[in-house]
Amino acid sequence: MILVVSLLVLVMLLAAIAAFFFKDLMSAVIAACMVSLIASILFYFLQAPDVAMAEASIGAALVTAVFIVAIRRTERYEK
Amino acid sequence: MRSIISILLLAFIAWGIVTVIGEIPFGTEKSRVGGHYVDQGREETGASNIVTSVVLNYRGFDTLGEVTVLFVAAIGLGAALATRRKKEKREIEPASLVLYTGCRFLFPLILLFGGYIFIHGHLTPGGGFQGGAIVASAFILVYLGCRGRRISETVSKTIESLGGLVFVVVGLVGLAVGGHYFLLNFLPKGELNTLFSAGIIPILYIAIGFKVGSELAGVIDHLMEESE
Repeated sequence: MILVVSLLVLVMLLAAIAAFFFKDLMSAVIAACMVSLIASILFYFLQAPDVAMAEASIGAALVTAVFIVAIRRTERYEK
Repeated sequence: MRSIISILLLAFIAWGIVTVIGEIPFGTEKSRVGGHYVDQGREETGASNIVTSVVLNYRGFDTLGEVTVLFVAAIGLGAALATRRKKEKREIEPASLVLYTGCRFLFPLILLFGGYIFIHGHLTPGGGFQGGAIVASAFILVYLGCRGRRISETVSKTIESLGGLVFVVVGLVGLAVGGHYFLLNFLPKGELNTLFSAGIIPILYIAIGFKVGSELAGVIDHLMEESE
């Protein structure tokens, strides 16, 4: 159990760092979405299914969609 | 100079957080109200999901505030975007067959799941906010996948307003019948762990689910309108 959680936290950290360094903003948004998704899994492991559901639907789906719309209106690549 | 100041400021904030959190004993009970909710919540509200009984019964008035905040945010976004709406319509590139069919296949299933979450809010984890967000994500899938499909703005605004109205009216009826406080649970509690139990809680959660779903879908709809 502790092994699974530490692995998830490690992947989450890597995804967060990757979101910071990506030049392609679409990849950065997907990496940020992955952070939210893993956070929701961790919430589930911490016995908070209510919060996990809210995090998965809002953090992973809605916020990602808003970012994708914003990228489509502006530029995809960071200069 | 500026970076030194910001580092000093960050160190100060970190020191403040560490000292404040160090003062609080970890894991001990800080107030007795939580224990009361866990012990008596099922008998007092009839909802087997204790989170729901706190959100909609003990702290129902706060939830009304939350719903209002979301409503104001959606209205503000609509007002900010409505001032610079484009006139001409650009040609929309049609989605590929696989994407189009997949979206159309998944849309009702996601809607069903969202509805299940907020109708069973008093029995299983989740509730109006989570179910509403899932319903809105189904609409996002259609907006992003099958371009050119739209929900009618009048329908979404009507559902949104009706949801808020049901919440306030149920609360006022509770106030009128019981005479003690807003959102009194005046309906029969029913049997624990059945669908028709917990009095007004399922009604409120269904209203919140419709309201949140139409609001978030409306927000995305406004943004998409701008992006075309």
